[in-house]
Formats: sequence, structure tokens, C-alpha cells
Amino acid sequence: MTPSSSIAAPGAAVPGHEAHDDHGHHPSYLTDGTTVKSWLLTVDHKRIGIMYMAWILLFFLVGGIFALLIRIELLTPGPTIMDAMTYNRVFTLHGVVMIFLFMIPAIPGIFGNFMLPLMLGAKDVAFPRLNLLSLYVYLAGAGFALWGMLNGGLDTGWTFYTPYSAHTTTTVAPVLFGAFIIGFSSILTGMNFIVTTHTMRAPGITWFKMPLMVWALYATSCIQVLATPVIGLLLLLVTAENLFSLGMFDVARGGDPVLFQHLFWFYSHPAVYIMVLPAFGVMSEVVSAFSRKNIFGYRAVAYSSVGIAFVGFFAWGHHMFVSGQSTFNAGVFGVLSMLVGVFTAIKVFNWVGTVYKGAVEFSTPFAYFCGFLFFTVFGGMTGIAVATVSLDVPWHDTYFVVAHFHFIMVGATIMAFLAALHYWFPKMFGKMYHEGWGLVSAALIILGFNATFIPQFLVGNAGMPRRYYEYPERFQALNVASTAGASLLAFGFIIIAIYLTYALIYGKRVDNPWNSKGYEWLTMSPPPTHNFIGPQPTYPEEPHFYVDPKKAQGEVSDV
Amino acid sequence: MSSAHVTPGSVPGPKLAAHFASLEVQKHAARLGMWLFLATEILLFAGLFACYAAYRFLFPEAWAASSRSLDLTMGTINTVVLITSSFTAAMAVHYAKEGKNKMVGHMNVLTLLMAMGFLVIKFFEYKHKFHIGTLPGRYYFYEGIQLPGAPLYFTVYFASTALHALHVVIGMTVLAFATVRAYRVGDFSANNYTQVELGSMYWHLVDLVWIFLFPMLYLV
Ligand code: HEM
Ligand SMILES: [Cu+2]
Repeated sequence: MTPSSSIAAPGAAVPGHEAHDDHGHHPSYLTDGTTVKSWLLTVDHKRIGIMYMAWILLFFLVGGIFALLIRIELLTPGPTIMDAMTYNRVFTLHGVVMIFLFMIPAIPGIFGNFMLPLMLGAKDVAFPRLNLLSLYVYLAGAGFALWGMLNGGLDTGWTFYTPYSAHTTTTVAPVLFGAFIIGFSSILTGMNFIVTTHTMRAPGITWFKMPLMVWALYATSCIQVLATPVIGLLLLLVTAENLFSLGMFDVARGGDPVLFQHLFWFYSHPAVYIMVLPAFGVMSEVVSAFSRKNIFGYRAVAYSSVGIAFVGFFAWGHHMFVSGQSTFNAGVFGVLSMLVGVFTAIKVFNWVGTVYKGAVEFSTPFAYFCGFLFFTVFGGMTGIAVATVSLDVPWHDTYFVVAHFHFIMVGATIMAFLAALHYWFPKMFGKMYHEGWGLVSAALIILGFNATFIPQFLVGNAGMPRRYYEYPERFQALNVASTAGASLLAFGFIIIAIYLTYALIYGKRVDNPWNSKGYEWLTMSPPPTHNFIGPQPTYPEEPHFYVDPKKAQGEVSDV
Repeated sequence: MSSAHVTPGSVPGPKLAAHFASLEVQKHAARLGMWLFLATEILLFAGLFACYAAYRFLFPEAWAASSRSLDLTMGTINTVVLITSSFTAAMAVHYAKEGKNKMVGHMNVLTLLMAMGFLVIKFFEYKHKFHIGTLPGRYYFYEGIQLPGAPLYFTVYFASTALHALHVVIGMTVLAFATVRAYRVGDFSANNYTQVELGSMYWHLVDLVWIFLFPMLYLV
């Protein structure tokens, strides 16, 4: 693998590598040490980000294969390719892998690690060794969880509801313990990001000059630090329950399963924002870069991240409308949930305001932004719908809910993940991919996603419950449509894997193909080991300070 | 390790990591990180407190009776031991700032001894419970209290005290490292005491959690 050979030769004139003659002879972080050890023991936040990327993509593949198995099983009303028990294990495996190993760490682990210090003008995160540790802790947890799932597997679903999870004979304990360990990794990363944001900002970067991605990561980190310990404890208790029958959440011994649900959703509702807030952050960067305008309503977008993080803690009860909760509680939780919708709407309006009258460049990341906007708005609206108690009672535990959370959580996050991957690919590797293929696969994925989940809204509304492997005849047409959509989706991902791998090896050497003004682009691509060569850049303007075309000849023509 | 930039005759100072702007910032970062970490630890126990509160509400009599069955004397002694050890941990920081490395080591040894004492007392309490059968969940066989919810009380009791004991052990490990460094390297000084300070902060947390656990389990 020599993506770097083009810059390894000192001073060599590299075709396609215009400006930056001064960078030509500095090694990038990719070439600074090429031994396996120099990667595995690195404390460079960029290399750690790349290692996260390798693992997270692998887990995404695993989760994706299981998703396809689920969809294939649901092609026909009766048993198709597996028995009921296998089906239970497959959807649990899919959920656990996707939530704990992909969605939660994906954007912070890869792009947060890589970009946060660059965006703050820092040489690294505050605790580089802790950062490396959090990667290995994550892998250790993943190892535990996967080992448990392969040796017996578990059939509880990713929510591990008691009392079932305390009694099932499948292998629950290692998976729960694995999830507990992964939580540790999440806490460590969150702590590191918070401290980095507080202490490592370059001179000139005030709180309100931080890129919005940083605000989003900061808010996410706060949730991680505040919510994860509670689920950590809960997972330990359920593990003990499963191994020793301590009775904590077991009705037979006086325990209360609803208490489990409270504690579970106290984390897991905020956890959905751990997944989606970084996505919002990515999108703020992308929309600004490709509209060539500074973000409209910067402060509103920044504050709304913090607002979501805050109210996110008071909405958990909306998962328990049918658990025997009092009508009053249900109403309160419903209203608090809708507040999240308000904060999200603030962001949406500001993004749209940014695009409005911008000089839009319709490239691959922007295509994903469009998909993202659709999924967020549509998913958010269905969120408001399910937060309405009277509507949620019939929809609860049907495919309607499955479609809701896939739209908002998976749809929005995957769009952001792919946008980030395409927007920052040149930053991370200094190479460019084929734009045409980028757009084709974006179209396939957005289309495939809709084709997969819109039928699920319909089939759920018609009454098909989630987590069943057989269903009545009348649901078949919609299920077939959903499976067809999933195949389209998978096809899109395969194309991406091909052209990005190709670009990594043969891609054209680039530095800043978007002419982006984001802070992370102030250094060369790929960046050198300590992020900057020579003096640290200065930050006189807000992030993404694009010249307003109208003002360009007037007042600010000197910019 | 850091001897490269120590000028002859000066006290060996802390090492400034390459990515920090100044020692000041580095120290600030370390402390902020520790505070955040301690917050997560408190939240970890907060989950248990929530369970305690919920079940106490559901089974008031069983909880009152079970609480009375605990050995108040042992609990009180342990509380005193832990508070005293918190004091010696604070003194270690004090001496570290004055560069009196030997005293730092002595104070830490005292703290460690008291920590050990705490664990020994806890061990005898546990042993007694195993003997009479005030045990969690399905292992409960105590005849004295026959109320529904009593086994659950001991689930909470064992979960929280065991988790706390685990923290005592972790805290002891952290303090042991600082002790060895104080005796062997002896480089703590007015501008290099972060390690002692962080260790002592962690120890205060262990103490603080117990100060909540003690009234919750033994008194109310
Ligand atoms: C912003 C990102 C959001 C994400 C990532 C998200 C994610 C999820 C997930 C994963 C579930 C299903 C959990 C399960 O049972 O397996 C869910 C259910 C639910 N969501 Fe959302 N959600 C979001 C926004 C919202 C909003 C804004 C609302 C309300 C205004 C909302 C209301 C609900 C309700 C009420 C349920 C429970 C439905 C039921 O189980 O019957 N969600 N969401
Ligand atoms: Cu929720």
C-alpha cells in the first residue's frame, strides 16, 4: 500500500499536485512510520481515526450481512431460510452490532478523532494515549460481544429486556459484558473530546468560532459521559441477574422489569442522539462548504445541539407508553419528546437557509445532504407521531416504529457518514475518487433506503408486529418491496467500496478539491504528524468564511 | 525519560507533552479530565441509588427490617476509617506541593493501610452474612426476616458494597503507583504534583461514595 509514494520523493514534481511546494517534502501522517507497530501503538489521533475506520467498516459489513439475512427470511410469509430461533439470533446480532459497534462510535470514532484537533488548531487530542486505549477497549468489548454471539448467540433483541434476558438459556452474559466494555470506550472518548475542546483551542478560536462539527461532538460527548455510566451499571446488574438470579428485575423475586426499562431508556434514548448529533455536525460542515456560505444562524445551530443533548435526557418515557405508565406521565414524556423535534427543526431551517441563495455545488457529499434532509424531516415527523400517546398505542412494537427509527437514526446517520466519508476522503488520504460513481451510488442508496423503509411504515400501520419471522399472507407484497429496496441499498454500498478502494490506490493527488474554508483544510492533505508544519495557522474569521458574491466587490473585497 | 531538558541543578520538573501549549494547560486538562471521570463514577452509583429508592418505595417494611439487621458498629468503624484515610490522602498532596517526597510516601502508606483495614472489616461483615443467610436473591435463607423484598434488599446491598469495594481496590492501585514514585524517584514538587493530586481526588471519591452508601444502607 503506497498511497504516499507521490509525496515521498523530496521535492519531486508530482502531477496534479499544484500549490504547496513547501509541503512536498514533509511526510504526511500516513508515511511517518510504516511498520505495523507504528500503527498499532500510535498516539496520533489521525492514525487512531483510520484504525477506527477499518474496524467500524468491518462491523458495518457484518451488521449489513445480517440485515440482508433478515430481509431474505421475510420474503415469504412462512419460514424461508431459517428457523424461528435462528431468526431471533440474527436480528439480535444485527441490532447489537449496528448500534453498539457501528452507529455509536462511527462518526465520533473516525471523523471526530481525525477532525476535532484539526478543527481546533490543536496538535492532538488532550490525552493521546487514552485515545489509543479507547480504541482497544472498544475492540475488546467487540471481541466479547461477538464471541458470545457466535458461541450460542442470544435472542433478546438489542434491548435486552428483562425478565426474558435474565432467564433465556442463550449466551447473554458475554454480550452484555461486551456492551459494558464498549460503554467504557465511549466514556473515554467523550471525556477526551470535552477536555480537548476546553483546553486545546488554538489562539483565536473562541467558543463561538468553533466549527459546528465541534459543537456537535461536544454535545455528543456530554451525553456520552452523563448517560453511559447508568447503562453500564444496568448491564452489570442484568449480567449478574442472568448468571446468579439475584432478582433485581425479576417479578418472581419481587424485582421490577419496568425499572429496567426506565434505566435502559434513560441511556438509550439519549443514545439515539449520540448517534444522530454527530451526523448533524457533519451536515452543518457539508452544507456550508457546498453552498459556499457560512452557516445561517450559527449560534442557533450550536445551541440547538446543546438543547437536544439536554432535553434528550427527559424523553425516555416515550418508549414506555404501554408499560402501565400513568396517563399524566405519558403526556409529559410525549410533550418533552416533541421539544426535541423543535430543536431539530431549528437546525433544519438553518440548513435550508444556508442553501438558499448559496452557490450550490452539487457534488457527492451534497447529494447525501439532500438525502439526509429528507430522512431527518420525514423521520422526525414520524417521531412526533409516535410521541403522541394515542397514536403510539396501536403502532407500538410494529414495523411502523422500526421504520421510524431506521429513517431517523439509520437514514440520517448513514447519510452523514457517507457525506463525511466523501467530503473528508481527500483530507484524510490526499486522493480524489470518481465523482460520477459517487453520484450514482448516492442515488442508489437514497432510493434503496426509501424503498426499504417506506413499505415498512405501511406494513406496520397495517398491523405487522416487529420481531416475528412469520406473517399473514396479506403483508407479503410490502415485505417483498422492502427486501428489493434492501438489495438496491447493498448494491450502492458495494459500488462505493470499489471506487473508494480504487481511489485510495490510483486516485488523483489533491489537496483541497472543494476549496473549502473549514479550519481542517488549513493544513495540507493528508496532514503531517503534528497537524501543522511551520507556524500554527491563524483564525481571523469564523469557520467557513466564504465571500458573499454580492459583497465581494463592495465592503469586504479585501478578504 | 524527561532528563533531556532538565538543566543541571534544577529540580526535575514535569514533562510537557508535545501537543500541549504549556504546562499550565496540561495540568488544567489533567484535572478537568479527572473531574469528568469522577462525575461518571458518581453516575454509575447513581443508577444503584435509583434502584434502591424504587425498591424502598415498593417494600418499605422489608427494607427497614433488613437495614436494621446490618452491623452498625462495623459500618461506623469503617466510615471513620475511610474518612481518616481521606485526610491522609489530602496530606499527601500537601506534602507533594512542598516537595517532601518521603512524607508523601508515608501518607500514602497510611492511606493504604486504612484501605486495607476497611476491606478486612468488610470481609468480616460479608462472612457473617454468608453464615446467617442474608444473601441476594435466590440465595437468601435468613429466617429472621420473612418479608417479601428482603432478598432484594441484600441484592442491592451486595451490589453496591461490592462495587464500592472494587473501587477501593482500584484506588489502592492508583495510590500505590504514586507511593512507589514518591519513594523511588522523588520528583514531586510545587510544579509537579499532578499525579498525587489525581490519585487523592480518586480516593476522595471512594470516600464520598461510601458516605452516601453508609446512611443509605445502615441508617435510614
Ligand atoms: C433524532 C433522532 C431520533 C432517533 C435516532 C430515534 C431513534 C429511535 C429508536 C431507535 C427507536 C426504537 C427503539 C426500539 O424500541 O428498539 C425509537 C422509538 C421511538 N421514537 Fe425515536 N428517534 C429520534 C427522534 C425522535 C423524536 C424527535 C421523537 C418524538 C418527537 C421520537 C419518538 C419516538 C417514540 C415515541 C418511540 C417509541 C415508539 C414505540 O416503541 O412505540 N423519536 N426512536
Ligand atoms: Cu426515544
